Amino acid sequence: MTLKRGESLLLTLGIPVVLLVFFAEVHVLPASTRKPVNFLAPGILALAVMSTSMVSLGIATGFERSYKVLKRLGTTPLGRPALLAGKMAAVVLIEIIQAIVLVAVALAIGWRPGGNGLEAIGVIALGTVAFSGLGLLLAGTLKAEVNLALVNGLYLVLLLAGNMIIPLSRFPAWMATLAKALPAAALSEGLFHSLNGGTAIPAWAWLVLVAWAIAAPVAAGIAWKWE
Amino acid sequence: MDKPTGSNGGSPAVSCVDVTVAYGHTIAVDNLSFEASRGKILAILGPNGAGKTSTVESLEGYRVPQRGQVRVLGHDPAKGIKQLSPSIGVMLQEGGVHPMMSPRDAAELFAGYYRAAMDPGEIIGLVGLEDVARTPYKRLSGGEKQRLSLGLALMGRPIVVFLDEPTAGVDPQGRLGIRQVILQLRSQGTCIILTTHELPEAERLADEVLILDRGKKVMQGTIHELLATSQGNTSVRFHTSAAVDIHALARAIGTSPGEIIEEAQASYRVDGDATPGRIAAITSYLAEHDIFMDRLTTGTVSLEEAYLSLIGSPVQ
Repeated sequence: MTLKRGESLLLTLGIPVVLLVFFAEVHVLPASTRKPVNFLAPGILALAVMSTSMVSLGIATGFERSYKVLKRLGTTPLGRPALLAGKMAAVVLIEIIQAIVLVAVALAIGWRPGGNGLEAIGVIALGTVAFSGLGLLLAGTLKAEVNLALVNGLYLVLLLAGNMIIPLSRFPAWMATLAKALPAAALSEGLFHSLNGGTAIPAWAWLVLVAWAIAAPVAAGIAWKWE
Repeated sequence: MDKPTGSNGGSPAVSCVDVTVAYGHTIAVDNLSFEASRGKILAILGPNGAGKTSTVESLEGYRVPQRGQVRVLGHDPAKGIKQLSPSIGVMLQEGGVHPMMSPRDAAELFAGYYRAAMDPGEIIGLVGLEDVARTPYKRLSGGEKQRLSLGLALMGRPIVVFLDEPTAGVDPQGRLGIRQVILQLRSQGTCIILTTHELPEAERLADEVLILDRGKKVMQGTIHELLATSQGNTSVRFHTSAAVDIHALARAIGTSPGEIIEEAQASYRVDGDATPGRIAAITSYLAEHDIFMDRLTTGTVSLEEAYLSLIGSPVQ
């Protein structure tokens, strides 16, 4: 159903592919690597994870909540845990499709990854849990329209401050420090190190990701309202 | 778990014992106790903010009471919704279906959740939505949405059904259909918990009523018992060509002024037995004062009047 919606397809695949190809080929943004695609590919993979697990999941859940679909399904034998599991399974499935498409495009424009794939999967899993928690926290507490606006705004802020297309090294120190506390920068940093030669992921990135992966779902669980 | 048998014996299908639901410092349900049985329709009535929704949502497992015990078919809904959900049906006041989903798609989706599901086509037919079975939910009329919601609540052949304003916004023909479905459920032994603002609907359907006000139970009993609580269960109504001195009329017919209510301008209701003697006394008084009368009616006090009489009085 997610992939049937045009706006969702644009968000989960269209924007990441366009950003990857455009900024890899048109050198208007500063890059921290000799070949821009080496910096952009992990960053855009992080963006894809954020698009699916926070934006797409959060907006769809927010509207389902406002339509009282979630409330109604909560009293069927499907049950609330299975409903959540189904949503998370859909997120993982879409992320797999995103990864296949984005890696294929990145390889086609010259990316040559190397490093620790398992570590990258671990980083993506933590990022998925953290962003899903954030998406559900907003979807479960705000009106659908407010949630829609806020999630889109957050997406833009995290895209710019998430080390995805602009390296944090180009940020003023105070802004970089602030950005490092957010899950987007930690996710993209983790993917950059695990996919570009397998250099060690900085401890701050692990810490930030783990903290958000625990705090966001717990907060969503506590603050959730059915309507 | 056993299915409806039509029997009405054994433990209650639904029970609340000393239940209190609060939101912060606001108490929505205050020490409420009541029961409902299989094969019966219990209508929960009350003004806005009476605690109807909080009560029903506690029974449906959406809310956890701060105090007291809630049981539906022996289960605590907040902890045992997984065991309970195959045996309950829930009709929300509005929504519950994705706007792009047609009645047929929704029925097929819900049928997939239940082991003993009814046939989706049978449900669509039962609630009379054959003509719009493929129409997206967002394009259905208010009444069609209500009927779909009722149909989905029945998908799992429930033992207990919660219906929130089932006839709100439904045309007379649709109401009749919904009433027939609800009465059919009762005859099959289903326990039906109905919340509604529409008192004539409750009067037509309910075996028992539970009246709440400001979170407290005002009364629970049969419709007959509720009507008996009002000031007399019959009344005389009439319209006049000029205003009537209520105190003088009361003296003339031998009742207290409190039993004569001016319901509108020059429109009166006299509570108490509508005996021929009383009617003669009223017409005689009006004749003496040269006041014309029209539209004289006698009859029992309606549920609405009895309800207002209770809610208007201080909560016990």
